[in-house]
Amino acid sequence: MQQTRVQDQAGGSVLSQENMAAHTDRSRALLGRRRLFQNITFWLFRLSAALNGIALLVVVYFLVARGWRAINWTFLTQPPMDSMTKGGILPCIVGTACLSVGAILVAFPIGVASAIYLHEYARPGRVLRVIRLGINNLAGVPSVVFGLFGLAFFVVWLDMGVSVLAGSLTLGALTLPVIIGASEEALRSVPDTYREASLGLGATKWQTIYRVVLPAALPGVLTGAILGISRAAGETAPIMFTAAVFYTPSLPSSPFDEIMALPYHIYVLATAGTEIEATRHLQYGTALVLIVLVLGLNLSAIIYRARLRKRM
Amino acid sequence: MNNVPKMRIKDLDFFYGDFHCLHKVCLEFHANQVTALIGPSGCGKSTLLRCLNRMNDLIPTSRVQGDVLLEDQSIYGPDVDVVTLRRNIGMVFQKPNPFPKSIFENVAYGLRVNGVKDKLYIQERVEKSLQEAALWDEVKDRIHESALGLSGGQQQRLCIARAMAVEPAVLLMDEPASALDPIATQKIEELIHKLKKTYTIIIVTHNMQQAARVSDVTAFFYLGELIEVDQTKKIFTRPSSQKTSDYITGRFG
Repeated sequence: MQQTRVQDQAGGSVLSQENMAAHTDRSRALLGRRRLFQNITFWLFRLSAALNGIALLVVVYFLVARGWRAINWTFLTQPPMDSMTKGGILPCIVGTACLSVGAILVAFPIGVASAIYLHEYARPGRVLRVIRLGINNLAGVPSVVFGLFGLAFFVVWLDMGVSVLAGSLTLGALTLPVIIGASEEALRSVPDTYREASLGLGATKWQTIYRVVLPAALPGVLTGAILGISRAAGETAPIMFTAAVFYTPSLPSSPFDEIMALPYHIYVLATAGTEIEATRHLQYGTALVLIVLVLGLNLSAIIYRARLRKRM
Repeated sequence: MNNVPKMRIKDLDFFYGDFHCLHKVCLEFHANQVTALIGPSGCGKSTLLRCLNRMNDLIPTSRVQGDVLLEDQSIYGPDVDVVTLRRNIGMVFQKPNPFPKSIFENVAYGLRVNGVKDKLYIQERVEKSLQEAALWDEVKDRIHESALGLSGGQQQRLCIARAMAVEPAVLLMDEPASALDPIATQKIEELIHKLKKTYTIIIVTHNMQQAARVSDVTAFFYLGELIEVDQTKKIFTRPSSQKTSDYITGRFG
């Protein structure tokens, strides 16, 4: 509760019970109005925050209500059959897993290394500004543009064909700004006093980063990685031209294979499948699996970071 | 370890960008003595301390003119390896800053980064440093637990142990007790008394009584200039300069 000092005419401070109590009708009314206004604004804020949670719950409920009928053991472990009107989505799950892992394998080392360079080594100046501009613009590129880029560069020009490799590289480029942003923030949160103490003991800059800064930044960096995976798992446009296909009979055995993927499968069933209405429940089922995967990854990132923080 | 270094500051001028922070400072530090740097806030004493182990190099706009010599060798020479220099001149900071590692790993850190791999040697040195810092008995049963679980005073003694583990020639202390309670402060001061037999210590303090208790030589700074330096007893009883006398008696500061 804030205390109010009331200056009297003589310039001295008068802090007394009487002066602090709202004992006139007018001051009581003013106080009441201020409290009401405060309560209204706080409830508006609470409502806004609640809307976030409500939106998520609505989406999940919708998917569960329309898709739960499709979920069974067959659905999760068998490939599609009968022109995708029956069977399961196993190849899609495997494909999405491969793409996510591939994207992270590409984006994580480059992203973390870039973040370390930007935060620990780079000197302020024109070069640094240009690099940051580049990263920010990369983050703003629409995902379908990534897809076209991947098609032109990886699939055609580098002759990888439609493959897990091409898809992973494209998704990796898309995930890169996420990793860089999260890693840089993690590095920024490591207090400079650690760096000073380390250098003061005769460590080199790299030793300081490797032995003190990175371990301390690890929770943030890994959380960024998990969120990056979850983002890569859900993208459709970048993989449409580079890795995912309508149907492939076998699971991938090499990085040059084409694959099926969860987000693309939803798209395919809903727009280009042979029997769109009949497979509605399969579409929702696939969407449900995808969202469980994404939410699961996000949740594990949050839990993991909380646990690491507690240990420190 | 041999320890008869003389550190000498010769006509040192220091700039933060355009700001002329230290003016032609000349000062000597003798072996196995505690020298206190005192003066009002902003007089440059911490800056001067950080010049001694070139920590100011980390600040991009800093500029040094003049020289600092460790055992008659310039520390700003072109061949000087800053990393080795900092192993020889240890520093303890104002706010205790143990790494988020175990107590053992904190003290062992300096040894590990300097290439020591012998496990037994590391264990011996860690124990010895913690004993020297009067911390061993308090932590020996939890030496592999996180250092962040220690109290403020213990953390600062840990930082001192950490600095001593690499056996520096000189120990720089930047207001080491200012963030601590009186009892922890007393322990640190006792520690400094003990340590001066082995190390040369330069301590910055804004607490004049602490300077009087702990140091052999005191140097008074004002607005980046060294006003007076002398035996501590003399500075605090019969200072030569009026400014010194005014500061000591609390007329300003």
